[in-house]
Amino acid sequence: MQLALFIVFGALALGGALNLLLQRHPIHSALSLVVVMMSLAVLYWSLGAEFLAAAQVIVYSGAIMVLFVFVIMLLNAGKEEHTQGSRAAYTVGFPGAAAIFCLLSFVFLSERDAMKASDIGGDLSSAVDNIAQLSAMLFTRQLLPFEVTSVLILVAILGAVVLARREQ
Amino acid sequence: MVPTAYYLILAAMLFSIGIAAFLIKRNVITIFISIELMLNAVNLTFVAFAHMWHQVSGQIFVFFVMVVAAAEAAVGLAIVLSIFRTRQTLNVDEIDLMKS
Repeated sequence: MQLALFIVFGALALGGALNLLLQRHPIHSALSLVVVMMSLAVLYWSLGAEFLAAAQVIVYSGAIMVLFVFVIMLLNAGKEEHTQGSRAAYTVGFPGAAAIFCLLSFVFLSERDAMKASDIGGDLSSAVDNIAQLSAMLFTRQLLPFEVTSVLILVAILGAVVLARREQ
Repeated sequence: MVPTAYYLILAAMLFSIGIAAFLIKRNVITIFISIELMLNAVNLTFVAFAHMWHQVSGQIFVFFVMVVAAAEAAVGLAIVLSIFRTRQTLNVDEIDLMKS
């Protein structure tokens, strides 16, 4: 069951990401990113992170991507055109990304046995509610970072308002 | 039962596609979208490791990454808006005030 979910939604995420790369219009890229985020939410759910799956759908595909689509429509962004810089980026971009992918997958595959052996035995189990565990951790040991992020959000709101305000 | 390495390889693929899109795209908004794709790929590795080690800390980390990504998107899109207002373009090749 988990393998089937992984294959279907992993392929969907990969296809969405490739479509993001290949589309020339920003709105098509934004909508393919929504596909990637929704399939990642299903993968989170299959990994036992129900709260994060819901937050992924609500925060990422619900709030952030709507903001992106609004800005794309507001600025009336059209197709991007080829320039001198884009030709240089093609010659550097694809080999660079392929090299990073090869490095990452080499590390992950060579350390696969070590990862399998090191079960340090935490407390996350399917018998206990995921949200209960997450909130207990968040409001006891991680309380200070949690409050600091609320200040961060406040500063971000102020910064966005100041930056986007029209000059008098 | 899916091995954790499969999730990590999928995250590596998404991250590399994000890097390629970041380097190749010439539109500010599309570059910003590919940054979000890279953040999502890293989040997937966090959740996979949290599942593997039966620890909730990885999910806490993903929660904070989501919060920071939301703040970053708000500020970044405001910057894009003010860039467009002053220069009338979204092409990164034409935004070169600090270059010369």
